[in-house]
Amino acid sequence: MTAAVEQRAASSTGSDWLKSRTVKRFIRHRLAITGVIMISLITFMCVVGPWLLPYNMLEIHIRDRFTPPLTGDYLFGTDEMGRDLAARLFMAGRISLMVGVAAMLLSTLIGTVIGLVAGYFGKVTGTLLMRLTDSFLCFPQVFLLLTLAAFLQPNAFMITLIIAATSWMEVARIVSAEIRSLRERDFVTAAKISGASHTWIMFRELLPNTVGPIIVAATLTVAKAILLEAYVSFLGYGIQPPLPSWGNMLNNAQQFLDTAPWLAIVPGVAITAAVTSFNFIGDGLRDALDARSDMP
Amino acid sequence: MNELPLIQTADLKQHFPLHKGLFGGQGPVIRAVDGVSIDIPRRSVLGLVGESGSGKSTLGRAIMGLSRPTAGTMTFDGIDMARASSSELKSLRRRMQMVFQDPFSSLNPRMSIAETLSVPLRFHNPGLSRSRRKDRAAEMLERVGLPGQYISRFPHEFSGGQRQRIGIARALIVQPDFIMADEVVSALDVSVQAQVLNLFGRLQRDLELTMLFITHDLAVVGHISDFVAVMYLGRVVEFASTRELFSNPRHPYTEALLSAAPSPKSANRRKRIVLKGDIPSPLNPPSGCQFRTRCPYAVEDCSHEVPKLRELSPEHKAACIRDDLSLAPATQQ
Amino acid sequence: MTRVLTVENLNIGFRSEGRELPVVHDVSFTLEAGKTLALVGESGSGKSVTSLGIMRLLPPPPQSRARGKIILHSDEDIDLLSISEARMRRLRGDRIAMIFQEPLTSLNPVYTIGDQIIEAIRSHRAISARKARERAVELIDQVGIPDAAARLTTYPHELSGGMRQRIMIAIALALEPEILIADEPTTALDVTVQAQIIDLLRRLQAETGMAMLFITHDFGVVADIADRTIVMYAGQMVEHGQTEAVLETPLMPYTSGLMRAVPELETAGLNQGELQSIEGFVPNPASLPNGCAFHPRCTHTLSGICDVPPVPFEDAGNGHLVRCKRWQSILENAE
Repeated sequence: MTAAVEQRAASSTGSDWLKSRTVKRFIRHRLAITGVIMISLITFMCVVGPWLLPYNMLEIHIRDRFTPPLTGDYLFGTDEMGRDLAARLFMAGRISLMVGVAAMLLSTLIGTVIGLVAGYFGKVTGTLLMRLTDSFLCFPQVFLLLTLAAFLQPNAFMITLIIAATSWMEVARIVSAEIRSLRERDFVTAAKISGASHTWIMFRELLPNTVGPIIVAATLTVAKAILLEAYVSFLGYGIQPPLPSWGNMLNNAQQFLDTAPWLAIVPGVAITAAVTSFNFIGDGLRDALDARSDMP
Repeated sequence: MNELPLIQTADLKQHFPLHKGLFGGQGPVIRAVDGVSIDIPRRSVLGLVGESGSGKSTLGRAIMGLSRPTAGTMTFDGIDMARASSSELKSLRRRMQMVFQDPFSSLNPRMSIAETLSVPLRFHNPGLSRSRRKDRAAEMLERVGLPGQYISRFPHEFSGGQRQRIGIARALIVQPDFIMADEVVSALDVSVQAQVLNLFGRLQRDLELTMLFITHDLAVVGHISDFVAVMYLGRVVEFASTRELFSNPRHPYTEALLSAAPSPKSANRRKRIVLKGDIPSPLNPPSGCQFRTRCPYAVEDCSHEVPKLRELSPEHKAACIRDDLSLAPATQQ
Repeated sequence: MTRVLTVENLNIGFRSEGRELPVVHDVSFTLEAGKTLALVGESGSGKSVTSLGIMRLLPPPPQSRARGKIILHSDEDIDLLSISEARMRRLRGDRIAMIFQEPLTSLNPVYTIGDQIIEAIRSHRAISARKARERAVELIDQVGIPDAAARLTTYPHELSGGMRQRIMIAIALALEPEILIADEPTTALDVTVQAQIIDLLRRLQAETGMAMLFITHDFGVVADIADRTIVMYAGQMVEHGQTEAVLETPLMPYTSGLMRAVPELETAGLNQGELQSIEGFVPNPASLPNGCAFHPRCTHTLSGICDVPPVPFEDAGNGHLVRCKRWQSILENAE
C-alpha cells in the first residue's frame, strides 16, 4: 500500500496533476507558498517597476541627494548622487535574478549530465567524474569565484558562467547518488534486455525518475547564486557600476552607513527576501516530493 | 528428442570476488554458481528450484547474458554466446526475454504502458512506425488479459497481478523463443498467483515457448514445469522430469525440500524431515558434498570428493553417492 | 481450557483524506492457553491490522480508530482499548509479545543479541544484570541455537534469517508472556528453515502453555500449527472453526477457492491443466460491494440473495461459522 501511494505521488502526469498528492502537499506547505508569492512579487516589481516609477535609474538629481525613503516621488529615497533608489533597486533586481536563474540553469545542466554519466557508468568513468566533483568541492567556493573573477572580465555574462562553474557539484552528487540506486532496479535491466542503448537508458529511463531531486536542488541553487553574485559584486569583482546589482549597491552603501542607512537596508532586504523565498520554495518542494511526509 | 536443446550450459561458473585487493590481489571468492551443466529442450519448461543463496537467480542472469560467466559456456540454439558476433548477439537478445520478480520495480514509473511496451520494439524492430508499435502494444496487452485501452495508463494505476501481466507482455512483444521467469509469482497473493500461472501455461503452449522458471516454491514448479533442476550452494544436485522428481527423488536435499513444503490436506501429510542448521556460506563451502553438513544420511565418504551429477536413469540425474537410499516421495504411492 | 484473550466486535478504521476507511469489521474471537488460532487471508484482508490493533501499535487517533473490546483475562479483566498508553506499554512484551515477518528490521543493528535480550528482560523486571544474562543464555539455548553463551556477543547481521527469527522468538518469550502474536513469521524464510521455526514454536508452546495468534496467508502452515482457524476477507471474518474442519470441508466459497488456487505437490508433473483461480481482485475498503463482500468474484453468486445485506455469520454446526447465505445449497450440490 505504501508503495502504491509513493508511486501515485511520484507521477504527476496529464490532466490530473493538480489533484496529485505532490501538488496538494506543496500547496499545504505555508512557507513554500509564502516564498512563491514573494518571488512573484519581486519578479513582477523588477520587470514592471522601472516603468511605473517617475525617474530613470541613471537620472541624477543633485539637489535631492540622500533623500530618505517615502519622501516626495522617491519610494526608497535617493543615493549620494540623487539617483532614485527604487529605480536602481528594481533594475538591479533584474540583473541579480537573471544571473541567479541563468547560473542555476547552467549549473543544473552541467551537474545533471556529469551526475548521470558518473552514476550510470560507475566503475572507472564514474569514479573519475566523482573525484573531479570532489576536487571542485575542496576549494572554498568564494575564493574560487574571486580568483576566477579577478582574471576574467567582470560582466553579468562572465559572472553567470563563473557561478555556474563553481556550483554544479551538489547537483552532480545528488543525481549520481540517485542514479546509482535506480540503476539496480529491474526496469533498467528490462530496458537492457529490450536492447536499449546507454543513451536511451540514461535519458529516457533514468533521468525522468530524478526530476524531483533535481528541481529541489535547482531551486536552492538559485538562492545560492543570488547570494554569490551579491558577494562578488559587493567585493567589487562582480557587476560593475554604473550598472546596478544588489551586491554592488551594498558596496556603494557602506561608506554612508551612518548618514543614509537606507542605502544598505533596501538592497539588503531585497537580497534576504529573494534568497529566503527560494529556500522556502526548495524546502517545500523537497517535502512535497517526499511521499513519506504524508504518512502519519 | 534428437533436436538440439535450445539452451545448453556447460560447466558454467559465476564467481564474485568479495572485495578486490588494491592491486588486483585475490581476495575471498563467492562461488555463486559453481559448474552447472543443464539443457533446456525446445518448447519445454525447466523449473529451477532452490533456497536463497543457492545461486538460482545468478544462474538465470548468466544464462540471460546479464553477467559474464567466470568460466564455462552458454549456448543458445547452437551459438556460443561468448563467441557470437555482435550482430548475432543482437538477434539472440531479441529471442531471449525475461520476466521479473518484483512487479513494482520492473516497470518504469514515469512511462505509460504504451511507452514501456514500445521500448523492445523500438530497438529490436526498428522498422516499425510509431503507430504500428502502439497497435502491437495494445494487441499484446489484450493477449495477456488486460483491456487494450489501458495502454495509456501508468504503472501506479495497476495492481501487482496486473503489472506482472504487463511485464509478461513486454517480454513477449518481440516474439522471443525463450523466456526466463525469475520468481514471477512469489510477490503475488494466492488467488492472483493462480491467474498469472495459468497465463504463463497458456502462453507457453500457444506460442511454443521454451522457459526457465526460477522459484523457491516446489508446488509451483510441480505445476508448471516439464523438467526440474534442484540447486544447492551453486550446484545442481538433481535433475529429472517433473513427475519423476516428485515421485522418486534421488537426492536427500530434494527429499528434505519436498517433506518441508507444508500441505493443507491431512491426507497428504508427509513425514517431516527437519534439516539441521542453515545453508553454509558460499565463501567456504564444506569439502566434498556440500550438503553433507545438513544431510541426515551423510557418511564418511561424503566429505572426500564432490559427487558428480550422474545419470541414474534416462532423464534423471542426481549428485549423491548413496545409491542405497530409498527416499520419500511427495506423491502418494 | 482457559481463555486468555477475548476480542469482541473489533472495528478498526483508518483516516484518509478526511474520511474514515473501515479496514476491520466486527472481528470477534478468543485465544485459549496452549492453543493456536490462525488468521488467514490475502493482503488487504485486515489480518495484520487486527493483530496490530490488539497490540495497540496502530497510529494514534485520529489517524486510526479502534472500537470494540479486547479483553485480557487475568486476575481481573483488562480492556486493552480503554487503558492508558503507559499501562499498555507495561503489558506489551510482558503479557503479550509479538514477532514479525522480517526479523532483520525488528532487531537493532548496533546492539549485540545479548544486549537486546537483556534489555527486554530488564525493562520489565527488576533483576540483576547477572541474572538477566543467565536468563538470556537459557533463552538462546531454548530456541535451539547451539553455543548459547558465545552468541550473546554477536550482532544481528552476523546471523542468518532463520537464526534472527529464533532470536526474535527468544526476545518475545523472555518474560514468559501468556500470548504470542506471530505475524507471518516464516514468510521471509526458506522452506527448510520455515519447517524448523514452526517446529520450534510448537515445542515452545507445549513447554510454556502460551496462547498463539498466528497470522499467515499459507494454508499449509495453518494445517501444521493451528488448532482453530479464521479466514478473513476484506476486513471481515468469513469462516471460523476447528482447523481440521475448515481445511477439510471449507464452507465459504472463498476458502475453498483459495485452497484450490494453490498447486498441490502430490499431483506435480501430471499436467492437470489450469489451476482454478479466483477472478478479479480484493475490493477497495472504501467501496465494498453490497451484501457479501466476495459475491462479485464468487462462482456461486445468486443475484437478489448474495448482493443483499445483511450476510449473517452463521453456525453450521460444531462451532464452524461461515459468512455465506448459500453454504447449505453449495454443500448439497457438492455431494
